[in-house]
Amino acid sequence: MNTPDLAKLIFGRLSLEAIPYHEPILLATFAGVAIGGIALLAIITKYKLWGYLWKEWFTSIDHKKIGIMYMVLGIVMLLRGFADALMMRAQQAIAFNGNPGFLPPHHYDQIFTAHGVIMIFFVAMPLVTGLMNYVVPLQIGARDVAFPFLNNFSFWMTVAGGLLVMASLFVGEFARTGWLAYPPLSGLAQSPDVGVDYYIWSLQVAGVGTTLSGINLIATIVKMRAPGMTMMKMPVFTWTSLCTNVLIVAAFPVLTAVLVLLALDRYAGTNFFTNDFGGNAMMYVNLIWIWGHPEVYILVLPVFGVFSEVVSTFSQKRLFGYASMVYATVVITVLSYLVWLHHFFTMGSGASVNSFFGITTMIISIPTGAKIFNWLFTMYRGRIQFDVPMLWTVGFMVTFVIGGMTGVMLAVPPADFLLHNSLFLIAHFHNVIIGGVVFGLFAGINYWFPKAFGFRLDPFWGKCSFWFWLVGFYVAFMPLYVLGFMGVTRRMNHFEDPSLQIWFQIAAVGAGLIALGIGSFLVQIYVSIKNKDKLRDVTGDPWHGRTLEWATSSPPPEYNFAFTPVIHEADAWWDMKERNATRRTEGYLPIHMPKNTAAGVIIAGFAFVFGFAMIWHMFLVAGLAFLGLLVSAITHTFNYKRDYYIPADVVERTETARTEELAAHV
Amino acid sequence: MSDMHANPSAAIAENETPQFWMTKDHHPENGTLLGFWIYLMSDCLIFACLFACYGVLGRNYAGGPSGADLFELPLVALNTAMLLLSSITYGFAVLEMQKNRRGTMMAWLIITGMFGAAFLGIELYEFAHLIHEGAGPQRSAFLSSFFTLVGTHGLHVTFGIVWLITLLFQVGKHGLTGANKRRIMCLSMFWHFLDVVWIGVFTFVYLMGVLP
Repeated sequence: MNTPDLAKLIFGRLSLEAIPYHEPILLATFAGVAIGGIALLAIITKYKLWGYLWKEWFTSIDHKKIGIMYMVLGIVMLLRGFADALMMRAQQAIAFNGNPGFLPPHHYDQIFTAHGVIMIFFVAMPLVTGLMNYVVPLQIGARDVAFPFLNNFSFWMTVAGGLLVMASLFVGEFARTGWLAYPPLSGLAQSPDVGVDYYIWSLQVAGVGTTLSGINLIATIVKMRAPGMTMMKMPVFTWTSLCTNVLIVAAFPVLTAVLVLLALDRYAGTNFFTNDFGGNAMMYVNLIWIWGHPEVYILVLPVFGVFSEVVSTFSQKRLFGYASMVYATVVITVLSYLVWLHHFFTMGSGASVNSFFGITTMIISIPTGAKIFNWLFTMYRGRIQFDVPMLWTVGFMVTFVIGGMTGVMLAVPPADFLLHNSLFLIAHFHNVIIGGVVFGLFAGINYWFPKAFGFRLDPFWGKCSFWFWLVGFYVAFMPLYVLGFMGVTRRMNHFEDPSLQIWFQIAAVGAGLIALGIGSFLVQIYVSIKNKDKLRDVTGDPWHGRTLEWATSSPPPEYNFAFTPVIHEADAWWDMKERNATRRTEGYLPIHMPKNTAAGVIIAGFAFVFGFAMIWHMFLVAGLAFLGLLVSAITHTFNYKRDYYIPADVVERTETARTEELAAHV
Repeated sequence: MSDMHANPSAAIAENETPQFWMTKDHHPENGTLLGFWIYLMSDCLIFACLFACYGVLGRNYAGGPSGADLFELPLVALNTAMLLLSSITYGFAVLEMQKNRRGTMMAWLIITGMFGAAFLGIELYEFAHLIHEGAGPQRSAFLSSFFTLVGTHGLHVTFGIVWLITLLFQVGKHGLTGANKRRIMCLSMFWHFLDVVWIGVFTFVYLMGVLP
């Protein structure tokens, strides 16, 4: 009699039915992923890379390696998220005149939800965090972040969240609620299956990682700057990173809390957001946007920093209005908390509340505009070099201004009543996220790649990628502005009015162009690795840069700087070059460094199992996984030997090799 | 202050060789306490959300019992006393730590843990009693937000006790080393933070809840 109960405790509601073998698209995808995955594992095994990957990467607490792993994660997930986008564009282009298209609504709804969740949480966030992780300690002249183990753990929690989303593709299904999972639709009554649970647990697991990495980078920037680097001498990218991480720490707990409440509604039968027993769904919408609006600034502020670095480097000029740039960033940070309600003007908060939030929203365009002018004035009379990072930057300035202006239109409550939830809104936020965040990430990747790997990215394919993305963006999203004005709403599976079809077909062509842009980027990486000797940079300073990361070799040694730099000016490295500061090549000391640890992988692994078990109501497994998580975390705290010294002669050997390399190439 | 107004580059130009690299080992200040403080503030935001939910939903009784019907203030007063006393005894533990007296420090920590456990016991008794009376978290939005807010605080205290026991073992094994002192200070901040949150719970949930 006890047997079926035990089976239920172990397997919950997971059964073979959960595998979508009746859906040909998913089956084909699964076959593709499985074959690709097995091939990858086989290659790793064949070349005996497991030990190398485990020792040098997975357990590494080096901020540079963790940064690179974040970037790889973001790029892999970009392919998944973009595949979803292509399917949506294809569906909407053909689903007219009674043609149902190739995606049934049940599947289509999962795709637009997964697209949003993946692109924000598992593409943009890892890429932004990866850049900050890699660059910030170098820019402030530090040896690592403040909490190196926590950094590794944060990364693996993000991976665990991403794996949960990916698992939903082949085991069960994902949410069909839209990327913010508003109740009551996401409540148990309307969404009884596992989709929303996948949503909750993947974000919950990844969110822990994000919050901890936010704390880590704040402590790093506040405590670990090289001597002489006062706040107003920090590089602008470090400044925007600081503000971003303040936003992360102040916003992600709200997401954690609201997802806990939704989970309680679904698991424990509470009544926070239900329709009866006094629940209030508007509470959810408010809370999730109190996280959600700062989130868009979490994504865009770091890339504002990237553009600032790129503009001044490639104009060979000091950044125009450094102080105003810093103040603008801080003002945006504060204001981003005072605008959340503009996401739901139509919910009926009343005219006074709507006008307050409409006005605060419009005010944000002032510091943002100041930034645009600062970049323009930096370029003015500069010696501009149109390398690939600079192309992305100029493309950004044009595109982002358009997106910003449509944003101001949406900030006007009466206009919003017409445009709310229309394709105009979709066009607007893709305009700022692609034109801002994505362009900035590509600028950053092209700018810092030579620092990370010691050779530049191929400029020809970089330019191809840029032009395909730029043109593709306009072709894909300008039609959506038009459709939005015509009153077409978002998340539609098929359409009745045949006159709309042409616009969707143009948009699909645009998505195809963006696909070429992504393809060119992958080719760019491939070609660059193939030609890495030709693209090699031994100086460590390929762009004639201004900030400290260019003062060390490319790739930097694990200790970043043999001697901690002393800072006298805002553009510290430029200042050193101006005053002919020479590299110090004697008197090396042993360097104190943190040791690698497997604890991050193990704890995050338990978190993944816990999340998966909770999704499927496998409560026995969930309990054991939670216990495992707790025990492994406590065990880790009993490890007191977390650091070691790199002996002085090893440092000397590394630095002498670099001295010789520099001498050979002058 | 005069240094701040002087032009640094001019000042350096007069010295023949400005120094650009440190010759000595550079050890930045340890950021653990700052990092932990920032973590506490993020945790504080979670409580802020739960308080906000209670603020919005706390009078949605859905025809069920209200706070005035349910709360027994003497019991809650006893509970509050337990938690406040535990904060005081933790303070004594920290004083002993600063005098490097390991034995008495550990004794005060054990007493702290016992006050914490007593607090949890009373809270669990209260919860069981409410659920038994049919006033469980599913009954109304008011009770949902009540159980979640108070329960989240209780979970924090539970983790605090687990952490406290772990620390006792670590101090027993390695003594009052720098790393252990730092951990004791972190747990101290955590523990007092939970006290502050409880003051909020006691005031807004219980005291104001029994008002008609």
